[in-house]
Amino acid sequence: MKSLGSIRRDFTPWKDPNAKPYIQFDKVTKKFGDFTAVNNLSLTIFEREFFALLGASGCGKSTLLRMLAGFEEPTAGRILLDGQDLRGIPPYRRPVNMMFQSYALFPHMTVENNIAFGLRQEGMPKPDIQKRVAEMLKLVKLEQFAKRKPHQLSGGQRQRVALARSVAKRPKVLLLDEPLGALDKKLREETQFELMDLQQELGLTFVVVTHDQEEAMTMADRIAIMDKGEVMQVATPPEVYEAPTSRFVAHFVGNVNMFEGKIAEQSANTTRITGPSGAQIVVENGGAAARADANIVFAIRPEKIRVSSKKPVDAVNALEGEVYDIAYLGDMTVYHVRLDDGQIVRASALNAARVTEDPLTWNDRAWVSFRPDAGVVLAR
Amino acid sequence: MSNIAVADAAPPPTAAKPFMMRLGAGFVSRLVIIVPYLWLLFFFLVPFVIVFKISLSQTAIAMPPYTPVLDFRDGISGFFTGFRDLNFDNYVWLTQDALYFRAYLTSVVIAAISTVLTLLVGYPIAYGMARAPATIRPTLLMLVILPFWTSFLIRVYAWIGILKPEGLLNQLLLSLHIINQPLVILNTYTAIFIGIVYSYLPFMVLPLYSSLEKMDYSLIEAAKDLGCPPTAAFWKITFPLSLPGVIAGCLLVFIPAVGEFVIPDLLGGSQTLMIGKTLWNEFFANRDWPVSSAVAVILLLLLIVPIVLFQHAQARAQEQDK
Amino acid sequence: MNTTWSRFNITSITLGFAFLYLPIVLLVVFSFNESKLVTVWGGFSTKWYVSLFHNQGLMDAAWVTIRVGLISATVATVLGTMGALALTRYTRFRGRVLFSGMIFAPLVMPDVITGLSLLLLFVAIGMDRGMTTVILAHITFTMCFVAVVVQSRLVSFDRSLEEAAMDLGAPPVKTFFQITLPVILPAIVSGWMLAFTLSLDDLVIASFASGPGATTLPMKIYSQVRLGVTPEINAACTLLIAIVTIGVIIASVANKRREVQRQLDERAAQRG
Repeated sequence: MKSLGSIRRDFTPWKDPNAKPYIQFDKVTKKFGDFTAVNNLSLTIFEREFFALLGASGCGKSTLLRMLAGFEEPTAGRILLDGQDLRGIPPYRRPVNMMFQSYALFPHMTVENNIAFGLRQEGMPKPDIQKRVAEMLKLVKLEQFAKRKPHQLSGGQRQRVALARSVAKRPKVLLLDEPLGALDKKLREETQFELMDLQQELGLTFVVVTHDQEEAMTMADRIAIMDKGEVMQVATPPEVYEAPTSRFVAHFVGNVNMFEGKIAEQSANTTRITGPSGAQIVVENGGAAARADANIVFAIRPEKIRVSSKKPVDAVNALEGEVYDIAYLGDMTVYHVRLDDGQIVRASALNAARVTEDPLTWNDRAWVSFRPDAGVVLAR
Repeated sequence: MSNIAVADAAPPPTAAKPFMMRLGAGFVSRLVIIVPYLWLLFFFLVPFVIVFKISLSQTAIAMPPYTPVLDFRDGISGFFTGFRDLNFDNYVWLTQDALYFRAYLTSVVIAAISTVLTLLVGYPIAYGMARAPATIRPTLLMLVILPFWTSFLIRVYAWIGILKPEGLLNQLLLSLHIINQPLVILNTYTAIFIGIVYSYLPFMVLPLYSSLEKMDYSLIEAAKDLGCPPTAAFWKITFPLSLPGVIAGCLLVFIPAVGEFVIPDLLGGSQTLMIGKTLWNEFFANRDWPVSSAVAVILLLLLIVPIVLFQHAQARAQEQDK
Repeated sequence: MNTTWSRFNITSITLGFAFLYLPIVLLVVFSFNESKLVTVWGGFSTKWYVSLFHNQGLMDAAWVTIRVGLISATVATVLGTMGALALTRYTRFRGRVLFSGMIFAPLVMPDVITGLSLLLLFVAIGMDRGMTTVILAHITFTMCFVAVVVQSRLVSFDRSLEEAAMDLGAPPVKTFFQITLPVILPAIVSGWMLAFTLSLDDLVIASFASGPGATTLPMKIYSQVRLGVTPEINAACTLLIAIVTIGVIIASVANKRREVQRQLDERAAQRG
């Protein structure tokens, strides 16, 4: 069986029909006055999963997280954690902990007191608290900062204190609200891997809210892409990228070219699509099954399109146009080609060699070509 | 779009139920509202009702010195028969005696002129402070606030020694041969103006400063860059943007100044007329409680519009801070 | 970016501060005057301070004032903090408009009206006037100032701190005392100081609310000022100014130290 992209590890409970769901959102709706933040949403998360809620601001992902933490109650529907209905349970009695976007470190307490705060609330004996705090400090490599106050730490250090504090109680689920949003790019990339290692080490279930698709793709086992309070797709990162089920998802994650068209002919393995100007595209079946003559969209990623000055002899799909714009980015070059029917196609080429023979330049005639299995057909 | 963005970051306040209340600590959190609410109802609002009631009574040589007393000494029926004795005679009296009308009018006029003067004095100070190097701004701010912490009475008292005919100002001007005769300032309206401007200056400077300090200086640079000369840039950019501060400052000066007692009493002498002083004399010297109550009621009515404006400004500033 | 601090700005600040401080400075200087005349310099002397401490009336009044100030400021701080919490935390409750009105109105209400209305209340409920009534009156008008000071801190309070505490298992009341209160404490302290100073300072409301035997220092000073300006009053005023100034300076120096330390810490943290 062919698989999409690369699979990180052998952890796929969602494919197992007998797997017990750990967190369940069951037809959950949340309204703030007239505004519906979350709309009749159902979602299942498994134990030890690293789950990401991805969406633009206002899509309802934070509200979802806050309902799980207990800061908001659903207007309708149920949330189950390990089989238990969470309705009516206040945040201070829920076995979940949250790492806040602002970190929310208590400014008047030292690092160790911040970390110990949750343990003290559950009445853990003092020696045990000390042991656990030391353990946590070691885990986030902040041993020598135990006596400092939050304002005496750098941004990255604060982030690690917040993390240590939220995992100190060994919650069943750790909720992370934009955990890396306040860090600069380089630190963010490092921390992404640290978070993944930590999750493996502690064996916790992580639910992370983010608007950064790269972050979600890097860290998560599965991603839920949200829009206007609804889940658009739940899938692994490679599936989300290579097999989006809707235009929204295809657009939201990465760059994409969309070709409008109608299904002209469907055979056992391939589908022929006719564009508005009569151009023909042949694609392999997969993606959405659609009736003949239905209006569909063919979506294809830029890196799967080749640009050449001559029509490639072996290409099944080749369209002619003119180079409209070129952006040289170092590792790759992005071409914008205006097809003869007026549509602009974005194609990116890896710069595998330092020098390019026969380079294309502005206003050159050019051909864009792609394989039949390079894109997907989307019905919605 | 923007309101949706807000909704995601934090749920809109109108929809969010009070957090603690929802979590079962209902009684404790209700106390937070109820205790100060009841206190203010009893010690702030109820007294006004009583003032209004007494303003409809008549003076009597008794204790309390008005009638009807309207209590339950004669039972319920006595309480209600007392109502028949209430009337608007005191208000009629206030309109017939030109003294009161003049006192109200001069109070408002003096407060208005003083407010404008305070603005003229305070604006350059606030502006200079807002443009001062950031390192010394906290010190300057403290220096403006410091006199506010020292007694109002003392600060007014300090001016007596300066403004007296044989006072320090006259001594200075005479020794410099600027004047030959001592100026009569104490016990005139001029002294009241000086006193109000001096006493209320911090109230004007602080809101002005906070609105000027918030302003982005690059706006002025942008205006200059677009060909606007400095003076025009001030009137077209700086001043309009500082208007919330101007309004807050003016209200903070005007409203208490109308009812001011200490300044006209100590600096204005017996010849000047202001309503706060009139009320005080009516109450303490004449022991006419009903009339002084009526004076207070009318003063309050006079100030209701600016007070409501002030509250609106406060509420709006609070919204913006959020 | 450093904005130019022009000559105009420096001049206006200098003149402004001269205007604010000169009268106070003169008052202090003449409290050390040998002569009985307040405005003619007759040589340095501290005799007025000596006679001040022998003036039993003034001393009694000072003691009353301090007691009134301490009690009323403390109660007002509790009530005002509650009021500030009610205003910022509860966006909707019955009578909220009236409540916020009653919080803001006393800030600008002329003293004569507040004083008169409180007196009439005390008479109506048959309460004997004395120190208690002055305290009640002072609590009422100073709690609103406390509420405004604390409220402005609460508005910028990061609510996620409280959510974090609850998330970690602290119930609401515990959260309030362990997290909210310590964080807003500086505002509460300055609210208390403001309430104390306002109480110390008040003449008009105290005059209405007090009865025989409860004369506060401002009332005493006022009655003496009406009789004429004396160096003894200057001396009393100087002492009051000195106490307040020292208090404010200590508070602000401590504040500044903390701020400087904080900046150093932050810089150190940035370096790693």
